[in-house]
Amino acid sequence: MRFIPNFKGFDFFPHNTRLPFMRYKGLCFGLSVAAMLISLAIIGVRSFNYGVDFKGGSLIEVQSTSGPADVAQLRERLNKLGVGAVQIQSFGGPTDVLIRVEQQPGGEGEQQAALKKVQEALGTRYAQRRVEVVGPAVSGELRMTGFIAVAAGLLAIVAYVWFRFEWQFALGAIVALTHDVLVTAGIFSLFQLEFDLSIVAALLTILGYSVNDTVVVSDRIRENLRKFKRMDLNELLNISINETLSRTILTGCTAIAVLVALYAFGGEVIRNFNLAMLLGVVIGTYSSIFIAAPLLGYLGVRRDWSGGPAAKPSKSQAATSSQRLNVASK
Amino acid sequence: MHFTPFKQAAVILTCLIGVLLVLPNFFAKETLARWPSWVPTRQLSLGLDLRGGAHLLLAMETSEVRKDWLDTLRDDARRRLREAKIGVTGLGVANNAVQVRLAKPEDADSALKELRGIIQPTGNLLVGTSGNDVEIKKADNGVITITPTEVGLQHRIGNAIGAAIETVRRRVDSMGTAEAQIVREGRERILVQVPGLQDTAGLKELIGKTARLTFHEVHPTISASEARQTRVPSGYRVYEAGTREEGAQVLRETPVVRGDELVDAQPAFDSRTNEPVISFRFNNAGARKFGNFTKDHVNQPFAIVLDDQVISAPVIREPILGGSGQISGSFTVETANQLAIQLRSGALPAKLTIVEERTVGPSLGADSIESGKLAGVVGGIATIALTILVYGTFGIFACVGLVVHGVLTVALMTLAGSSLTLPGIAGLVLGIAMAVDANVLIYERIREELRAGKSPIAAIDAGFTRAFVTIADSQLTTLACAFVMFWLGAGPIRGFAVTLTIGILTSIFASVTVVRLLIYYWLRANRGIRRGAEVPV
Repeated sequence: MRFIPNFKGFDFFPHNTRLPFMRYKGLCFGLSVAAMLISLAIIGVRSFNYGVDFKGGSLIEVQSTSGPADVAQLRERLNKLGVGAVQIQSFGGPTDVLIRVEQQPGGEGEQQAALKKVQEALGTRYAQRRVEVVGPAVSGELRMTGFIAVAAGLLAIVAYVWFRFEWQFALGAIVALTHDVLVTAGIFSLFQLEFDLSIVAALLTILGYSVNDTVVVSDRIRENLRKFKRMDLNELLNISINETLSRTILTGCTAIAVLVALYAFGGEVIRNFNLAMLLGVVIGTYSSIFIAAPLLGYLGVRRDWSGGPAAKPSKSQAATSSQRLNVASK
Repeated sequence: MHFTPFKQAAVILTCLIGVLLVLPNFFAKETLARWPSWVPTRQLSLGLDLRGGAHLLLAMETSEVRKDWLDTLRDDARRRLREAKIGVTGLGVANNAVQVRLAKPEDADSALKELRGIIQPTGNLLVGTSGNDVEIKKADNGVITITPTEVGLQHRIGNAIGAAIETVRRRVDSMGTAEAQIVREGRERILVQVPGLQDTAGLKELIGKTARLTFHEVHPTISASEARQTRVPSGYRVYEAGTREEGAQVLRETPVVRGDELVDAQPAFDSRTNEPVISFRFNNAGARKFGNFTKDHVNQPFAIVLDDQVISAPVIREPILGGSGQISGSFTVETANQLAIQLRSGALPAKLTIVEERTVGPSLGADSIESGKLAGVVGGIATIALTILVYGTFGIFACVGLVVHGVLTVALMTLAGSSLTLPGIAGLVLGIAMAVDANVLIYERIREELRAGKSPIAAIDAGFTRAFVTIADSQLTTLACAFVMFWLGAGPIRGFAVTLTIGILTSIFASVTVVRLLIYYWLRANRGIRRGAEVPV
């Protein structure tokens, strides 16, 4: 231990900040609700650009073995095969191409027949690096499972928060989490980014990360509720958010740094997955500060944590921050 | 902030075991073979998306299983009634049941008694799904129906899937690929995973065929076109041609010999024409049946039928008594070899269709590993730099905790035998970010307590105890999410959930206990520290 130098870290964040988050809770709330509604509308109008997992059909990733891939020629050749519209896009480098064949009418066997046609037409100039074929039965199941997974994840979290805290906290968490999932999904719909099974995994992780943030703030709120029994609720919520702010931002920064690294270097195959996580972490951090805690200001919480019904927030119980500091230093 | 020597030893020992378990991953398999036997040599297995390979999900045509069973029931009923000398005017399969119309209504009771012998109790008594496999009822109009029950059908499907798995395994193994995994998935599906496989077209061809081989008697007078125009004689059926050289044939529906009486099938060359053929040999019972049939039908044609298609219809020149022969049917060397494999490995009980295919070539897998490594290293360095920058000496301790976290996660994954997938790498890296969160919570709390004027020891102690509640809460909720993913997830989601779960479990030990031990050592080394002294956090 003596060989390790003692040096203090660089404390980025100003402490004892009193940023008035709660004063703008109405504005934040309005914006967040608007974001959710807009996302819903976008999803309703544009739907998702479902990947093969959910839509069925085939996906073939090929790499040209001699020189850059000729996308135009491939497009012309493959669209003449009579397997419906064949989508071709370059993927990562100039030699790599992604080919999508839509789901064939008929049964499971038709998908394989279409794949065979495309594979034969590709010839030897293109090496097949990845093939994914999902039949109609499996894609339907995966769509269902994906939806249930997100809903079940949401419920599991809410049940846990309810059990550990109070129903108001659980309600705050569910609104914040729904916001995160909806807005992330909305962005995917807006830009028509491919939505497949891995995006569902990303959404579930976002749920996990966001609730992590929300729980940290909630924990501090509960602690402060025990400490300052008579403080105005809005003031108390504001203090709690401020006290956990340095942690929220630091953890957010670490997660974002890691996810940026994954997004930039993690490869083309899971780029969308990493993008979804990146979006989710940013949105999730926002929601735990600006949605979950402020919602408590509207709902009110039980003030006496030794038992009893919830009390409505009351302006008359306002305490100044100097009073608070006195209590803290005792 | 106290650690008994026993506790210290336990923590350090856990870390060392973790290192020992991870170590084999850094060596080649040949090197590992030379290690002493007490050293663990198990390596973390890579998922198909990283090492390359084929993933096929096959669904069984359960309607075929049902039809086969109904046919068996029909034959069984006919045999029993004939033996009991009970006359019938009609006996056939209709509406998913066998219907028996008796010649004399007064026979009904004795017929029912005979037919009840078909009933077999089936199902699992323990889970309460037991019952009879068929139901036998007599309607008012004197028709007796034999209806398969749901329990019975499930039992048949289960058996058929089991048999199909064995057959598929034999076929895949014959391709010379090791480590193929073939398991049942759900009610009527089979998952085939073959790591490192290049030739998926060959694999699909090989498992796509039922390979039900039968030898049939050809109708002596009526040709297929005549039968189509007029009427197919009772007990006969028109079979389509399977090769260009053969025409459709009218064949007796009940085969003379079935492929399951084959003991061997090998690709060979015809000694005269030099074209590829398949030579086969029957078991004793098969040889006897085939011998008797050929003796009675010299100079008549018989048909070799594969999957209900005529592949060859030679004329019997002389009785074939030895039980061996050869099939010709315009094969190439490759198709002859493939068919021989299929015949050797037995017929599939029903057709299997591919409902999902995911194949990753080895080059893409290698690229993914490379990008995963690069992203991991860059992400790791960013995290370590940020942590040390913000928390100084204590930040270094946190980084040691992170390394322990990474090591233990990989160690546990190796132990559990779960394989690392591409989303799994992302889960691993994200797990590191989440582990940092535990340290951030603790250190921010320590700073806060220090600002409130607590002594270093009291502040550190309070930091750990107070932050622990929050850490536990936040990790448990993430764990709930991971469980949901594992429970509902398929393929890639599941791999991600496993890594996430293991990451959460180890992060509590690595980021809390290990870091706490390090700080305990730091406190011991800096005994002189007093209230107001600098804490390097």
